[in-house]
Amino acid sequence: MKTAVLQLPGLNRDRDMLAALTLISGQAPQTVWQTETSIDDDVDLIVIPGGFSYGDYLRSGAIAARMPVIKAVIEKAKKGTRVIGVCNGFQILVETGILPGALMRNASLKFVCRQVKLEVATTQSAFTEGYSKGQVIDCPVAHHDGNYFADPETLADLKDQDRIAFRYAEGTNPNGSIDDIAGILSENRNVLGMMPHPENLIEAAHGGDDGRRLFEGALNLISA
Amino acid sequence: MIKARVTVTLKNGVLDPQGKAIEGALTGLGFNGLEGVRQGKVFDLEINGDNKTAAGKDIEAMCEKLLANTVIEDYSIEIL
Repeated sequence: MKTAVLQLPGLNRDRDMLAALTLISGQAPQTVWQTETSIDDDVDLIVIPGGFSYGDYLRSGAIAARMPVIKAVIEKAKKGTRVIGVCNGFQILVETGILPGALMRNASLKFVCRQVKLEVATTQSAFTEGYSKGQVIDCPVAHHDGNYFADPETLADLKDQDRIAFRYAEGTNPNGSIDDIAGILSENRNVLGMMPHPENLIEAAHGGDDGRRLFEGALNLISA
Repeated sequence: MIKARVTVTLKNGVLDPQGKAIEGALTGLGFNGLEGVRQGKVFDLEINGDNKTAAGKDIEAMCEKLLANTVIEDYSIEIL
Protein backbone atom coordinates (compact mmCIF):
# COMPACT_ATOMS: atom_id res chain seq x y z
CA MET A 1 0.00 0.00 0.00
CA LYS A 2 1.17 3.49 -0.80
CA THR A 3 1.40 5.93 2.08
CA ALA A 4 1.75 9.71 2.32
CA VAL A 5 2.87 11.88 5.22
CA LEU A 6 1.85 15.53 5.36
CA GLN A 7 4.39 18.23 6.10
CA LEU A 8 3.37 21.66 7.33
CA PRO A 9 5.42 24.40 8.99
CA GLY A 10 5.80 23.57 12.66
CA LEU A 11 4.98 19.86 12.40
CA ASN A 12 8.02 18.14 13.88
CA ARG A 13 7.06 14.49 14.31
CA ASP A 14 7.02 13.81 10.57
CA ARG A 15 10.43 12.13 10.59
CA ASP A 16 9.39 9.65 13.27
CA MET A 17 6.28 8.89 11.24
CA LEU A 18 8.26 8.48 8.00
CA ALA A 19 10.67 6.11 9.75
CA ALA A 20 7.83 4.06 11.26
CA LEU A 21 5.91 3.74 8.01
CA THR A 22 9.07 2.89 6.06
CA LEU A 23 9.95 0.17 8.53
CA ILE A 24 6.48 -1.33 8.65
CA SER A 25 5.38 -0.97 5.01
CA GLY A 26 8.80 -1.65 3.48
CA GLN A 27 8.68 1.47 1.34
CA ALA A 28 9.24 5.14 1.99
CA PRO A 29 6.04 7.21 2.17
CA GLN A 30 5.44 10.07 -0.18
CA THR A 31 5.82 13.44 1.55
CA VAL A 32 3.19 16.03 0.80
CA TRP A 33 3.86 19.73 1.42
CA GLN A 34 1.14 22.04 2.68
CA THR A 35 0.71 23.94 -0.62
CA GLU A 36 -0.25 20.82 -2.60
CA THR A 37 -3.86 20.89 -3.74
CA SER A 38 -4.24 17.20 -4.46
CA ILE A 39 -2.92 13.87 -3.27
CA ASP A 40 -2.13 11.04 -5.70
CA ASP A 41 -5.04 8.72 -6.38
CA ASP A 42 -3.05 5.62 -5.55
CA VAL A 43 -2.28 6.73 -1.98
CA ASP A 44 -4.11 4.35 0.39
CA LEU A 45 -3.08 5.82 3.75
CA ILE A 46 -2.47 9.48 4.61
CA VAL A 47 -0.88 10.38 7.93
CA ILE A 48 -0.91 13.82 9.54
CA PRO A 49 1.89 13.69 12.11
CA GLY A 50 2.30 15.60 15.34
CA GLY A 51 4.00 18.86 16.17
CA PHE A 52 2.94 22.46 16.47
CA SER A 53 1.67 23.55 13.07
CA TYR A 54 1.71 27.35 12.75
CA GLY A 55 2.97 27.60 16.31
CA ASP A 56 -0.44 26.53 17.63
CA TYR A 57 -1.57 30.12 16.94
CA LEU A 58 -5.27 30.86 17.48
CA ARG A 59 -6.04 27.22 18.47
CA SER A 60 -3.96 24.07 17.99
CA GLY A 61 -4.47 22.90 14.41
CA ALA A 62 -6.81 25.77 13.49
CA ILE A 63 -4.67 27.42 10.82
CA ALA A 64 -3.41 24.15 9.34
CA ALA A 65 -6.98 22.88 9.01
CA ARG A 66 -7.68 25.71 6.53
CA MET A 67 -4.71 24.92 4.23
CA PRO A 68 -5.37 23.59 0.70
CA VAL A 69 -3.68 20.26 1.33
CA ILE A 70 -6.07 19.49 4.18
CA LYS A 71 -9.03 20.02 1.85
CA ALA A 72 -7.49 17.39 -0.41
CA VAL A 73 -7.09 15.04 2.56
CA ILE A 74 -10.72 15.48 3.60
CA GLU A 75 -11.94 14.84 0.05
CA LYS A 76 -9.98 11.61 -0.07
CA ALA A 77 -11.10 10.61 3.40
CA LYS A 78 -14.73 11.02 2.39
CA LYS A 79 -14.10 8.71 -0.55
CA GLY A 80 -12.69 6.04 1.76
CA THR A 81 -8.93 6.63 1.86
CA ARG A 82 -7.57 5.83 5.32
CA VAL A 83 -6.31 8.80 7.33
CA ILE A 84 -4.51 8.85 10.66
CA GLY A 85 -3.99 12.09 12.57
CA VAL A 86 -1.67 11.84 15.55
CA CYS A 87 -1.43 14.55 18.19
CA ASN A 88 -1.40 17.84 16.24
CA GLY A 89 -2.73 15.75 13.34
CA PHE A 90 -5.75 14.86 15.52
CA GLN A 91 -6.17 18.52 16.47
CA ILE A 92 -6.14 19.44 12.78
CA LEU A 93 -8.76 16.78 11.94
CA VAL A 94 -11.18 17.97 14.64
CA GLU A 95 -10.71 21.56 13.44
CA THR A 96 -11.83 20.46 9.96
CA GLY A 97 -14.95 18.90 11.43
CA ILE A 98 -14.41 15.44 9.90
CA LEU A 99 -13.92 14.25 13.46
CA PRO A 100 -16.31 15.73 16.04
CA GLY A 101 -15.48 17.56 19.27
CA ALA A 102 -12.53 19.73 20.21
CA LEU A 103 -9.14 19.38 21.88
CA MET A 104 -8.59 21.84 24.69
CA ARG A 105 -5.76 22.78 27.02
CA ASN A 106 -4.80 19.91 29.37
CA ALA A 107 -6.75 20.16 32.61
CA SER A 108 -3.44 20.28 34.53
CA LEU A 109 -2.36 23.20 32.28
CA LYS A 110 0.95 21.33 31.94
CA PHE A 111 2.58 19.81 28.87
CA VAL A 112 2.58 16.04 29.45
CA CYS A 113 5.33 13.85 28.01
CA ARG A 114 5.24 10.30 29.29
CA GLN A 115 4.09 6.78 28.60
CA VAL A 116 0.44 6.00 29.30
CA LYS A 117 -1.74 2.92 29.04
CA LEU A 118 -4.43 2.79 26.39
CA GLU A 119 -7.44 0.54 26.36
CA VAL A 120 -8.55 -0.59 22.92
CA ALA A 121 -12.22 0.41 22.94
CA THR A 122 -13.25 -1.11 19.61
CA THR A 123 -11.74 -3.54 17.12
CA GLN A 124 -14.19 -2.46 14.42
CA SER A 125 -11.71 -0.49 12.32
CA ALA A 126 -8.65 -1.23 10.21
CA PHE A 127 -6.53 0.58 12.79
CA THR A 128 -7.66 -1.46 15.79
CA GLU A 129 -8.53 -4.86 14.32
CA GLY A 130 -5.06 -6.15 15.22
CA TYR A 131 -5.79 -5.76 18.91
CA SER A 132 -8.44 -7.37 21.05
CA LYS A 133 -11.27 -5.37 22.59
CA GLY A 134 -10.33 -4.22 26.07
CA GLN A 135 -6.64 -4.95 25.50
CA VAL A 136 -4.39 -2.51 27.35
CA ILE A 137 -1.36 -1.29 25.41
CA ASP A 138 1.51 1.06 26.13
CA CYS A 139 1.77 4.32 24.19
CA PRO A 140 3.67 7.56 24.71
CA VAL A 141 1.96 10.96 24.84
CA ALA A 142 3.49 14.40 24.39
CA HIS A 143 1.04 17.28 24.25
CA HIS A 144 -0.34 20.43 25.84
CA ASP A 145 -3.79 20.43 24.24
CA GLY A 146 -5.12 16.90 24.44
CA ASN A 147 -8.15 17.44 26.62
CA TYR A 148 -10.87 16.02 24.38
CA PHE A 149 -14.27 17.66 24.69
CA ALA A 150 -17.58 16.80 23.07
CA ASP A 151 -21.09 17.92 23.99
CA PRO A 152 -23.38 15.24 25.49
CA GLU A 153 -25.16 14.48 22.17
CA THR A 154 -21.87 14.05 20.29
CA LEU A 155 -20.49 11.87 23.05
CA ALA A 156 -23.62 9.71 22.97
CA ASP A 157 -23.28 9.36 19.18
CA LEU A 158 -19.63 8.32 19.50
CA LYS A 159 -20.59 5.64 22.01
CA ASP A 160 -23.69 4.44 20.15
CA GLN A 161 -21.77 4.17 16.89
CA ASP A 162 -18.79 2.45 18.56
CA ARG A 163 -16.46 5.20 17.35
CA ILE A 164 -14.23 5.54 20.40
CA ALA A 165 -11.02 3.80 19.30
CA PHE A 166 -8.86 4.21 22.40
CA ARG A 167 -9.39 5.31 25.99
CA TYR A 168 -6.72 6.10 28.55
CA ALA A 169 -6.71 3.07 30.84
CA GLU A 170 -8.08 3.69 34.29
CA GLY A 171 -6.01 6.14 36.27
CA THR A 172 -3.71 7.18 33.43
CA ASN A 173 -5.76 9.98 31.80
CA PRO A 174 -3.01 12.60 31.32
CA ASN A 175 -5.15 15.56 30.23
CA GLY A 176 -8.66 15.50 31.69
CA SER A 177 -10.19 14.25 28.44
CA ILE A 178 -13.93 13.54 28.65
CA ASP A 179 -14.77 9.84 29.15
CA ASP A 180 -10.97 9.18 29.08
CA ILE A 181 -11.07 9.45 25.27
CA ALA A 182 -7.65 9.17 23.61
CA GLY A 183 -8.70 8.47 20.01
CA ILE A 184 -11.85 8.45 17.87
CA LEU A 185 -13.02 7.28 14.45
CA SER A 186 -14.91 9.11 11.72
CA GLU A 187 -18.45 8.11 10.80
CA ASN A 188 -17.17 5.95 7.93
CA ARG A 189 -14.52 4.48 10.28
CA ASN A 190 -11.58 5.15 7.95
CA VAL A 191 -10.29 8.26 9.75
CA LEU A 192 -8.56 7.84 13.11
CA GLY A 193 -7.53 10.76 15.29
CA MET A 194 -5.56 10.13 18.48
CA MET A 195 -3.41 12.14 20.87
CA PRO A 196 -0.86 9.39 21.76
CA HIS A 197 2.06 8.57 19.46
CA PRO A 198 1.93 4.92 18.30
CA GLU A 199 4.78 5.63 15.85
CA ASN A 200 7.11 5.97 18.82
CA LEU A 201 6.54 2.43 20.06
CA ILE A 202 7.06 0.08 17.13
CA GLU A 203 10.36 -1.73 17.71
CA ALA A 204 12.47 -3.17 20.52
CA ALA A 205 14.76 -0.13 20.51
CA HIS A 206 11.73 1.96 21.55
CA GLY A 207 11.19 -0.25 24.57
CA GLY A 208 8.17 -1.98 23.07
CA ASP A 209 6.16 -2.38 19.89
CA ASP A 210 2.55 -1.99 21.02
CA GLY A 211 1.97 0.72 18.39
CA ARG A 212 2.98 -1.47 15.50
CA ARG A 213 -0.30 -3.36 15.09
CA LEU A 214 -2.13 -0.09 14.48
CA PHE A 215 -0.08 0.61 11.36
CA GLU A 216 -0.10 -3.03 10.27
CA GLY A 217 -3.90 -2.89 10.40
CA ALA A 218 -4.04 0.37 8.48
CA LEU A 219 -1.73 -1.15 5.84
CA ASN A 220 -3.68 -4.42 5.54
CA LEU A 221 -0.69 -6.37 6.83
CA ILE A 222 -2.64 -8.41 9.36
CA SER A 223 -3.53 -11.86 8.11
CA ALA A 224 -6.87 -13.14 9.24
CA MET B 1 -12.28 52.16 7.24
CA ILE B 2 -14.49 50.11 9.50
CA LYS B 3 -13.17 48.97 12.83
CA ALA B 4 -14.67 46.00 14.56
CA ARG B 5 -14.02 43.95 17.63
CA VAL B 6 -14.72 40.23 17.87
CA THR B 7 -14.89 38.65 21.30
CA VAL B 8 -14.62 34.87 21.56
CA THR B 9 -15.56 33.18 24.81
CA LEU B 10 -15.93 29.59 25.93
CA LYS B 11 -19.48 28.27 25.93
CA ASN B 12 -21.23 27.73 29.22
CA GLY B 13 -20.54 24.25 30.48
CA VAL B 14 -17.11 24.00 28.84
CA LEU B 15 -14.47 23.74 31.51
CA ASP B 16 -11.85 26.48 31.45
CA PRO B 17 -8.75 25.33 33.35
CA GLN B 18 -6.89 28.53 32.41
CA GLY B 19 -9.68 30.67 33.85
CA LYS B 20 -9.57 28.56 37.01
CA ALA B 21 -5.81 29.11 37.33
CA ILE B 22 -6.25 32.86 36.87
CA GLU B 23 -9.01 32.86 39.47
CA GLY B 24 -6.68 31.06 41.87
CA ALA B 25 -3.91 33.58 41.25
CA LEU B 26 -6.24 36.54 41.76
CA THR B 27 -7.49 35.06 45.01
CA GLY B 28 -3.85 34.58 46.00
CA LEU B 29 -3.29 38.29 45.40
CA GLY B 30 -5.94 39.04 47.96
CA PHE B 31 -8.90 39.72 45.65
CA ASN B 32 -11.61 37.94 47.55
CA GLY B 33 -15.20 37.43 46.53
CA LEU B 34 -14.52 36.25 42.98
CA GLU B 35 -17.41 34.17 41.68
CA GLY B 36 -15.46 32.92 38.66
CA VAL B 37 -13.05 33.83 35.84
CA ARG B 38 -13.45 32.78 32.22
CA GLN B 39 -10.66 33.47 29.74
CA GLY B 40 -11.47 34.52 26.16
CA LYS B 41 -9.94 36.15 23.11
CA VAL B 42 -10.37 39.56 21.47
CA PHE B 43 -9.67 40.31 17.79
CA ASP B 44 -9.57 43.88 16.53
CA LEU B 45 -10.28 44.01 12.80
CA GLU B 46 -9.87 46.84 10.31
CA ILE B 47 -11.81 46.52 7.09
CA ASN B 48 -11.69 48.69 3.96
CA GLY B 49 -14.84 50.54 2.89
CA ASP B 50 -17.76 51.98 4.81
CA ASN B 51 -20.53 49.42 4.32
CA LYS B 52 -21.11 48.28 7.86
CA THR B 53 -23.80 45.76 6.94
CA ALA B 54 -21.54 44.00 4.44
CA ALA B 55 -18.63 44.12 6.87
CA GLY B 56 -20.78 42.62 9.61
CA LYS B 57 -21.70 39.71 7.35
CA ASP B 58 -18.06 39.19 6.39
CA ILE B 59 -16.99 39.18 10.01
CA GLU B 60 -19.68 36.69 10.92
CA ALA B 61 -18.33 34.38 8.19
CA MET B 62 -14.80 34.90 9.54
CA CYS B 63 -15.98 33.87 13.00
CA GLU B 64 -17.75 30.78 11.71
CA LYS B 65 -14.86 29.72 9.49
CA LEU B 66 -11.84 30.46 11.63
CA LEU B 67 -11.90 32.89 14.54
CA ALA B 68 -14.14 30.77 16.77
CA ASN B 69 -14.41 27.03 17.17
CA THR B 70 -18.16 26.86 17.52
CA VAL B 71 -17.95 23.42 19.11
CA ILE B 72 -16.63 25.03 22.29
CA GLU B 73 -16.78 28.80 21.76
CA ASP B 74 -19.32 31.60 21.28
CA TYR B 75 -18.50 34.87 19.58
CA SER B 76 -19.86 38.39 19.55
CA ILE B 77 -19.21 41.13 16.98
CA GLU B 78 -19.06 44.82 17.74
CA ILE B 79 -18.77 47.35 14.92
CA LEU B 80 -16.91 50.28 16.47
